[in-house]
Amino acid sequence: MTNLEQYDKLFLTSFPVKRSDLPTLKYRGIKQWDSVGHMDLMSAMEEVFGINLSTLDVLDFSSYEKGKEILAKYGVEI
Amino acid sequence: MDWNRLLGLDPYGLDRQAKRDLFTQRMGELTAFHRAHCQPYGKLLDALGQGDALSSAPEETPMVPVSLFKEMTLRSVPEEEVFKTITSSGTTGQKVSRIDLDAATAANQQRVLSHIVSHFIGPKRIPFLVIDSPEVLRNRAMFSARGAGILGFSMFGSKTCYALNKDMELDVEGVLAFQEQYGNGPVLLFGFTYMIWQHFIRALEERGLQLSLSQGVLIHGGGWKKLQNQAVDRDTFRARVQKATGVKTVSDYYGMAEQTGCIYMECPMGHLHASIWSDVIVRRPEDYGVCQVGEPGVLEVLSLLPESYPGHAILTEDMGVLLGEDDCPCGRLGKYFAITGRVPKAEVRGCSDTYGG
Repeated sequence: MTNLEQYDKLFLTSFPVKRSDLPTLKYRGIKQWDSVGHMDLMSAMEEVFGINLSTLDVLDFSSYEKGKEILAKYGVEI
Repeated sequence: MDWNRLLGLDPYGLDRQAKRDLFTQRMGELTAFHRAHCQPYGKLLDALGQGDALSSAPEETPMVPVSLFKEMTLRSVPEEEVFKTITSSGTTGQKVSRIDLDAATAANQQRVLSHIVSHFIGPKRIPFLVIDSPEVLRNRAMFSARGAGILGFSMFGSKTCYALNKDMELDVEGVLAFQEQYGNGPVLLFGFTYMIWQHFIRALEERGLQLSLSQGVLIHGGGWKKLQNQAVDRDTFRARVQKATGVKTVSDYYGMAEQTGCIYMECPMGHLHASIWSDVIVRRPEDYGVCQVGEPGVLEVLSLLPESYPGHAILTEDMGVLLGEDDCPCGRLGKYFAITGRVPKAEVRGCSDTYGG
């Protein structure tokens, strides 16, 4: 699986969304992506990509698109 | 308010004059905003005879007694913009505060909390042992202050483990597995002072267990009242925590649901510190005049954050004493203080304080 496929899969398995929803998906945009859902998503990101996100990056991870920029800082090109 | 600039500053890097300038501007701004957007708050100011020409000196900002948040909903944003309501953790039979947060206020609370705590534990997320039960987070729509505290701190944790089961009993296997996996590195332990004592430290002691989390930091809050009843003081607590867990750094904090985010962390000297995003004023109970350093009184808390509710200047029901400003031996600027207890019930007369507690 490519990084993009893995990245998409994390969102698709964490939240009840379709692939076509992803580009506009935002933190708190749906009920399930609340602060509890967010921490679970962040843990899953770290596990799948083998990285450790900083506290500030966890707070900045505010959307599907923004997340790609943040992962790039850790050498994960989506 | 330029939050990006303000959040880029050192949490303890403003001296008295710089902080006073910041608060003078922001307190006046917030009072005017809430007066225009929260009708009951506006009426309160009218009733108090506060005209439009409000002095914006920080200590002149009209105070809202904390009990008022238990009596009524005070909100400065339309109801549909509320996405999270925090309640204080009152004991059974007591009324609880309800604080409505909009997205901007909640986000700023988290960012401020992150800057304050990172100052003490570093920017990296580390394995996180919550000294509580996972049940506390069960109802996601209606967070208790306990749940909000745990959730707020969970952003500092890379892996989260709960030390207690749903019956608030020590999960021995879970805790030992946590130690086995992460005990050689930095870890964060977090919980409420009484829970840590009653359900964690004493449970470890009863089983004769001693953990060795030597790079651990334990942060605890929630007050000492219940422990004072058991004659457990700060030094005893710290010593027994260190013995039972191996943790070297034990740091208390003071904070409240009504001003989530800008907590007051205890430094290694044992002093609680105000960050640049909030402040304390100690007042004489008889006339609410401002106390001198060393003179105990009722604590007022100021915060730059509250935009969705008029909670930028709150008179608490806690007694405290200002220990100094800009000159703590730990090097942090700003005021530092200690909590000395709760205000005796009879002395708190908020304009609608009707509960007998």
